[in-house]
Amino acid sequence: MSHTATATTAANDPDSSGARHRDPLFTTASGGRKTKDLIAKVVMWAAFLLALSPLVWILWQVISFGGQNLMQSEWWTHSMRGITTRREGGGAYHAIMGTLLQGLVTGLISVPIGVFTAIYLVEYGRGRLARAVSFMVDILTGVPSIVAALFIYALWVTTFGWNRVGVAVSLSLVLLMIPTIVRSTEEMLKLVPNELREASLALGVPKWKTIASVVLPTAFSGIVTGVLLGLARVMGETAPLLILGPYTKNINFDLFSGNMATLPTMINDERQYLALPAAHDRVWAAALTLILLILLLNLAGRLIGRAGAVKA
Amino acid sequence: MAKRIDVENLSIFYGSFKAVEDVSMTIEPRSVTAFIGSSGCGKSTVLRTLNRMHEVVPGGRVEGKVLLDGTDLYGSSVDPVGVRRTVGMVFQRPNPFPTMTIYENVAAGLRLNGVKNKKRLDETVERSLRGANLWNEVKDRLDKPGAGLSGGQQQRLCIARAIAVEPQVLLMDEPCSALDPISTLAVEDLITELKPKYTIVIVTHNMQQAARVSDRTAFFNLSAQGKPGNLIEIDDTTKIFNNPTEKATEDYISGRFG
Repeated sequence: MSHTATATTAANDPDSSGARHRDPLFTTASGGRKTKDLIAKVVMWAAFLLALSPLVWILWQVISFGGQNLMQSEWWTHSMRGITTRREGGGAYHAIMGTLLQGLVTGLISVPIGVFTAIYLVEYGRGRLARAVSFMVDILTGVPSIVAALFIYALWVTTFGWNRVGVAVSLSLVLLMIPTIVRSTEEMLKLVPNELREASLALGVPKWKTIASVVLPTAFSGIVTGVLLGLARVMGETAPLLILGPYTKNINFDLFSGNMATLPTMINDERQYLALPAAHDRVWAAALTLILLILLLNLAGRLIGRAGAVKA
Repeated sequence: MAKRIDVENLSIFYGSFKAVEDVSMTIEPRSVTAFIGSSGCGKSTVLRTLNRMHEVVPGGRVEGKVLLDGTDLYGSSVDPVGVRRTVGMVFQRPNPFPTMTIYENVAAGLRLNGVKNKKRLDETVERSLRGANLWNEVKDRLDKPGAGLSGGQQQRLCIARAIAVEPQVLLMDEPCSALDPISTLAVEDLITELKPKYTIVIVTHNMQQAARVSDRTAFFNLSAQGKPGNLIEIDDTTKIFNNPTEKATEDYISGRFG
C-alpha cells in the first residue's frame, strides 16, 4: 500500500500540478494485482512441494531400507538359490540379468519395427494408409500393459500351448514399446530440416539413400535417446511379468525355456514374507536396484543425446 | 559440357492449383539467366521444374516440356535422380549437412552415389572448393564441421558441393538473400567465373544483382492474386533494364509496383 501512496504524492507533486494536470507516466502495480501474484506464487510452490514429497518419501524409504543390501557384493553376484525367506543374504543377480535380457530382446525386436514405421510415416506416408497406421499407433499407445500381456498369453499359451518363458514376456513388452519408439522417432525425423533432404536429392542422391545417409544420421542422437527412454519405461512394467514370467530363485539365461526371474517379480515374491526382516529388506533392495537400473538408462540416453547432438 | 534448356508450354501445378501457366523460353548455355519478379509469381517454382525438384513437394506436377539439349526431362523413361545429377541446385539458405565435415559435404554427392576411390574424392574436393573460391579459406580445416563456417562460406560450400558432381546446369534459388554484402560479392564473382563452364539460372529479388551478373533476364508476373504466374518477357539483360518491350516489365524495373 505504501507504493500507492507514493504514486498519489507524485501526482500531487507541485511541479506537475501546474497550469495543466498531468498524469504520471508510470503507475505502480495495483494492490489487487500484487495480492493475486502472491496467491499464485504460494499455490504454485505448494503444488510443487506436494508433487515432490511422495517422490522424496519413496526415495528415502527405498534407500534407507534397501541401501544396506546393495552395499554387499553378494547382492550383485548371487541369486536366491537355496536361500530361505527367513535367512539373510542372497542376491539379485538372477533378477537383474533377467530384466536386462528381456529388455534387450524387447529392444531388438521393437527398435527396427518402430524406427521403420516412423520413417514410413514421416518420409513416405501419404493418404489413407498413413492415417490408418498413425491411428493404430495411437491405439497401441493406449493399450494397458495387462491387456498386452493377456493378448500374448492368449496367443502363446492358449493358442499354441507353449510354456510361459522369457521371450513371451519380451513380446508383450514389444507391444508396449513400439508406440513410444514410433512417436519419439517421428518427432526426431520431423525436426530434420527439409532443406537437408532437398540438398541431398538435388545432388542426384536417391530418396532411400538420402534418408539413410542424411536424415537418419542427423536425427540419430534423438532416436537413441528415445529408444533408451522407451526401454527404461518397459523395464519397469510388471503386469506382463506377473502373467507371463513366473519367478524363480535360480539363474536362468535361457529365454526360451524355464522360469526367469526379473526385478519386479522378485519384489513381488519377497513381498509375501514382508513380516520377516530379511525378506523385507530384500524387497526394498530389489526396488532400489530397479530404480538405479532405469536411472542409468535414462542418464545414458541423455548423455548420448547430448554427445551426438549436431554441432553448429 | 554446358547444355541448352528449352522450356515449351510449361504449366506447373500444386495439386489442383495452377501456380505457373504456359511458360516457353530458351536458356542459353555458358551464360547466366536471371529470373526476376515479385514474390509468389512462380520464379522459384519454374526453377525447381528444371531439375525435377518440384515433384518432391506433395501434389507437385507439371504439363509441357523441358528439353535439355533436345531430351525431355519429363519423358516417361527419364529417371529424376539422373536429371538431378545433371542439373545441380543451390538453395536460398545455405544448407550444409550438419553431420558432415567440410570435406564430407563436398564429397557427399559422389560418396552417396557409391564413389569410394580416395584419390578421386580428394581431387574432386580440392577442385570443387577451388572452383567455389573457398579452398584457401578451408584447406587447413577440411575435417571440421561444415556448419561451423560463416553464412557466406557455407553458401560457397554448398556451391562447391553442387559442382562436385559435375553438373551441366547450375540452378540458384536466391543464393544471396541470406548473405551480407561482402559474401554476396564473393558469390557473384564466383557466378561470373563459373559462367564459361555451366548454364546458370539464378532467381533473385535483387534487381541490381540481376543486372550485374546475368546475360539474359526473364521477368515473371502475376495477373492477380490467386491466378497463375506468367512469363512476361525474356531478353538480353541490357534490353530488359533499359528498353523493355512490355509495359509491366518497365513498371517493375522502375519500381512503380511490386
